[in-house]
Amino acid sequence: MTDIPIGAVTTEEDRATADQWTARIRRRAEAAFPPKQLLPDRQPAFMASWIYVFGVLTLVSLTWVIVTGCILAIMGPSWWHVSSTGHFVNSLHLWSVECFFFFMVIHLWGKFFMAAWRGKRRLTWATGVVSFLVSVAAAFTGYLTQQNFDSQWISTQAKDGINSTGAGAFWNVLNFGQMLMWHIVLLPIGVTIIAGLHILMVRRRGIVPPFDVSPKKAPAPEVTTSTGEAAA
Amino acid sequence: MSADRAKRRRFNPDRDAHEWKGAYLPYDIVKEGFVALLAVAVLIVLLAVVFSSPDEPAITLKSWSIADPVDFAQTAISELDGTSATATYGPPYNTTPDAAQHMGFFEPEQWFGVHQPVDTAQDFVIGPLRTLPNQPATQAALNLYQSAPAAQQSAWTTAYEKAVANATAVHGRLRVPAGRYGPVGVIIGSLTAMAQTGGLDGTLLSEGQFYNTNYTKPLLFLADGTYLANKAQAQHLAGDQWGMMNETGNYPGQAWLWLYTMWYQVAPMNTSSNGDLEVWVIMMVLSLALIFLPFIPVLRSIPRWTHVYRLIWRRHYRELSLS
Repeated sequence: MTDIPIGAVTTEEDRATADQWTARIRRRAEAAFPPKQLLPDRQPAFMASWIYVFGVLTLVSLTWVIVTGCILAIMGPSWWHVSSTGHFVNSLHLWSVECFFFFMVIHLWGKFFMAAWRGKRRLTWATGVVSFLVSVAAAFTGYLTQQNFDSQWISTQAKDGINSTGAGAFWNVLNFGQMLMWHIVLLPIGVTIIAGLHILMVRRRGIVPPFDVSPKKAPAPEVTTSTGEAAA
Repeated sequence: MSADRAKRRRFNPDRDAHEWKGAYLPYDIVKEGFVALLAVAVLIVLLAVVFSSPDEPAITLKSWSIADPVDFAQTAISELDGTSATATYGPPYNTTPDAAQHMGFFEPEQWFGVHQPVDTAQDFVIGPLRTLPNQPATQAALNLYQSAPAAQQSAWTTAYEKAVANATAVHGRLRVPAGRYGPVGVIIGSLTAMAQTGGLDGTLLSEGQFYNTNYTKPLLFLADGTYLANKAQAQHLAGDQWGMMNETGNYPGQAWLWLYTMWYQVAPMNTSSNGDLEVWVIMMVLSLALIFLPFIPVLRSIPRWTHVYRLIWRRHYRELSLS
């Protein structure tokens, strides 16, 4: 296979629009994420462990967090206190969050013990960790905006930690309106964008191979993707 | 880094990885995702049906002042004389000297200054009472208190603090022993009565607007008393009970905050007046270390040394040993 630089102009049609920002971005995206790599139908043979399931479990839990959160948002912040249906949706939201963190922490530990940053995957690792940290902030603001005793206690205790950093001057955990906006708009956008970047990087670099893998030692490939790269 | 230099760079097993040249097997990633979506849906529905979710009603200033008028009155006098936790907090609520947490020269709380100004005497006591119509005795007491010299005000509030320490509640009504506390008895008595009608909740929240979603003032007032803390203690939510990661009832809460909570149990943070800042600095350093772990020698070698990866990729290593 001939190595073509990412975003290179390869056809007559490309040459006609070579200077376009749009064309440049499209060419780079196509080169970085060819369809078979973006949505692969084969995986490296070493990917035979239950630990790999926790990445997708984290992702689908996040999906349910967002779906149940959207239902709560549609009905308004007080709905779940006065409606049994609302309370059930709130319970779904709570447990999807608990599952999300449970799966994500196992995923994180699994990736740590694989040293999953190896082979130019450092940004994949970093976005994963940042995604975890932003998720912690998102969950925290959820606890602040429950409008019950938990919210009262958690906010009045947490203010001391936030204030000690100086952030309390602008990020007031006792301000329900401000925290609700962060919980249902800004932080979910942050988590979604960072998780999206994380997934794209996994697609781009593929999953990390085991230690001690050497092209000389490994058996000859039986089937490969079109790019010859491991794609996960 | 030039390409030549990159080629010359020695292979580091904790940083680099050879490209996989082995076998690839069919794998239906969309089907896996769909099955996982359904499986997690079933799991969270089961958890929601079996365990539900906690919803302990919020405490109001009304419910507090009715349930424990003595604690309410003791808190109210500390707001009036400026000795409460909020009154002496420092930034971002007020300018109390030397109140901001610091680590040597590092004093971010002080650097950012006051952004949520709170004058406890005016905002929690005098201001709300001034909104009461048809209360000439209360207004006269406020006039007398506010026109008195600071030394006189201090003498009255000190006398009231001593008296209210022995106060009792009879059928929800505050009974304070007699003393030389001038108009302060009327002021705190009126505020307690106002709170018991529910008027104080609305007044502290409204701040002159119809719509408001900022609960800073009522929450600070509530947190200055012991009623909220006692309820939290009973629900195993206090700081020394690892409360930050708990919630009411037997729910898992924010279990992912275990490390953050742990530092509050450890010396010197558990007794330090700068404990919050110290814990946050530790957590910021640890968070940055986790983000930049791939660049940190020794730490990034731990996975290779521990050999846990042999468990994860056990089939691969078994096949490798057989071949």
